[in-house]
Amino acid sequence: MSFPNRRQLRRIVKPVWFMACLAPFAWLILRALGLAGDDLGADPIEATQDFTGIWALRLLLVTLAITPVRRLTGFIWLTQLRRMTGLFALFYASAHVLNYLVPDQGLNWAAIIEDILERPFITLGALALTGLIALGITSTRGWQVRLGKRWLTLHRLVYVIAILVVWHFWWQVKEVITEPLIYAVILTALLGSRLIKKKRVRFKPDA
Amino acid sequence: MLIRKPPAIKSSEITPESVYLNRRELLRAAGITTAGMISGTAHGDESDMNFKPLGKLTPSPYSTDAEPTGFADIASYNNFYEFGLDKSDPAARSGDFKPKPWSVTVDGAAEVTGTFTYEDIVGPHPLEERVYRLRCVEAWSMVVPWAGFPLGDLLKRFKPTSNAKYVAFETVYRPDEMPGQRRRLLRWPYREGLRIDEAMHPLTILATGLYGVELPNQNGAPLRLVVPWKYGFKSIKSIVRISFIEDEPFTTWNDAAPSEYGFFANVNPEVDHPRWSQARERPIGGGFFASKVPTLMFNGYADEVASLYADMDLSRYY
Ligand code: HEM
Repeated sequence: MSFPNRRQLRRIVKPVWFMACLAPFAWLILRALGLAGDDLGADPIEATQDFTGIWALRLLLVTLAITPVRRLTGFIWLTQLRRMTGLFALFYASAHVLNYLVPDQGLNWAAIIEDILERPFITLGALALTGLIALGITSTRGWQVRLGKRWLTLHRLVYVIAILVVWHFWWQVKEVITEPLIYAVILTALLGSRLIKKKRVRFKPDA
Repeated sequence: MLIRKPPAIKSSEITPESVYLNRRELLRAAGITTAGMISGTAHGDESDMNFKPLGKLTPSPYSTDAEPTGFADIASYNNFYEFGLDKSDPAARSGDFKPKPWSVTVDGAAEVTGTFTYEDIVGPHPLEERVYRLRCVEAWSMVVPWAGFPLGDLLKRFKPTSNAKYVAFETVYRPDEMPGQRRRLLRWPYREGLRIDEAMHPLTILATGLYGVELPNQNGAPLRLVVPWKYGFKSIKSIVRISFIEDEPFTTWNDAAPSEYGFFANVNPEVDHPRWSQARERPIGGGFFASKVPTLMFNGYADEVASLYADMDLSRYY
């Protein structure tokens, strides 16, 4: 049987992938403590906000990329990494929001609520986070069984969440939108790849 | 022109001696994050630093008694799109910029016009120390001990005529030395402007230095505007042209996004940026403990400048 077999997947591939997903966070902590590279600069709170946000988005996109890449390569085992990757996206998003709540806003709830209600980009972030938490909670086998067919419908929300996050990113940049644009293009390509696949399935019988 | 009572000050806290007690140390700290990048040489090697001391500065009653932000933070974290989009770009990518020799062209509605050397412009003016709050439109803030002189004192030398209703400024355009200008991030050259009464206000200065040394390239060397009650982008850097004009001038950020950046750009906690709140700001320098604090009307300079805008709807003229 080809690499990785079930055992290798559990003992090698998954732990390696786990460490890889955790590496950016470790790098962040080391820099925050002044133990590696440059420190986080004059405004470490903002640096942390951006770093955790961008990695939450990247991991969300990696999660979305797993199915198309599996189709392209035939590596069926990739699907086994999807849940972990999605949970890491939630992990970085949680760090992102905790950084916002505690160091950034100093738990000033009046200001936080005003931000969520009146800053559209924060509203979008809050919606995205709510969605990610819902998917995280229901990502277990137990919930999968309990929800049956509806589970798949629920987890299609991940596309909506990804759109919300790119939008959230787009809306907070000052003038030059190159960076969010790159992520928007990647997301569009990922979403597009699903549509193409759907079409092919639908037209095959007629051909 | 109205000159309001200067704010109460504790002179002990603004004398150059107390601020500069540790200048060598401050510079050494800056050398680690700034000079090393500028010269590309060994970190912390003081001989490589090009920050020339300015000599004695006169303290000013307009200085705040707030604790100045560290030199290293001031010199490594700011917006200066001519050198790139990131706030670390100005310090990292301004090494090729040559602020000397320098000249400034003065034109428009004034009796004296022409092109003047840096020495012509700055020479006659005694340098003061002005410790000012600085509030960026992005909702962060610093306290900067500038060295400079009142802009009004310079403008009077050109004898502006009654047609001089506004003063317009232009930043140098040197894509060879300013990597950010090689991309069309904004419509270069950067331009800014003030109403003549704002320009003549005693709080408005031209700065040639900070922390008692000549301006680092990344902070707008060799000559920049500082208007402490307006968002930072009004305080145009590396000025090469000053024009006296009759109509409201073109200003760069207003051109890029008119609904987000007005001509006046007075710091105002009650008028939010369309996408984020201006009610609070982060004081730079507090690490992970610098939660946001309330922003003050006119950045705390309301006593001095509110009268300039007495009859204006500030939510319309933002
Ligand atoms: C209540 C929820 C959220 C809040 C309050 C929030 C807040 C913020 C803030 C304050 C910024 C920085 C703006 C700046 O630098 O000026 C930001 C940027 C960002 N956020 Fe969020 N966010 C939330 C949810 C999310 C989620 C769920 C994701 C991704 C899964 C995300 C991804 C990003 C990204 C990619 C950026 C841009 C980072 C960059 O500029 O490099 N955010 N967010």
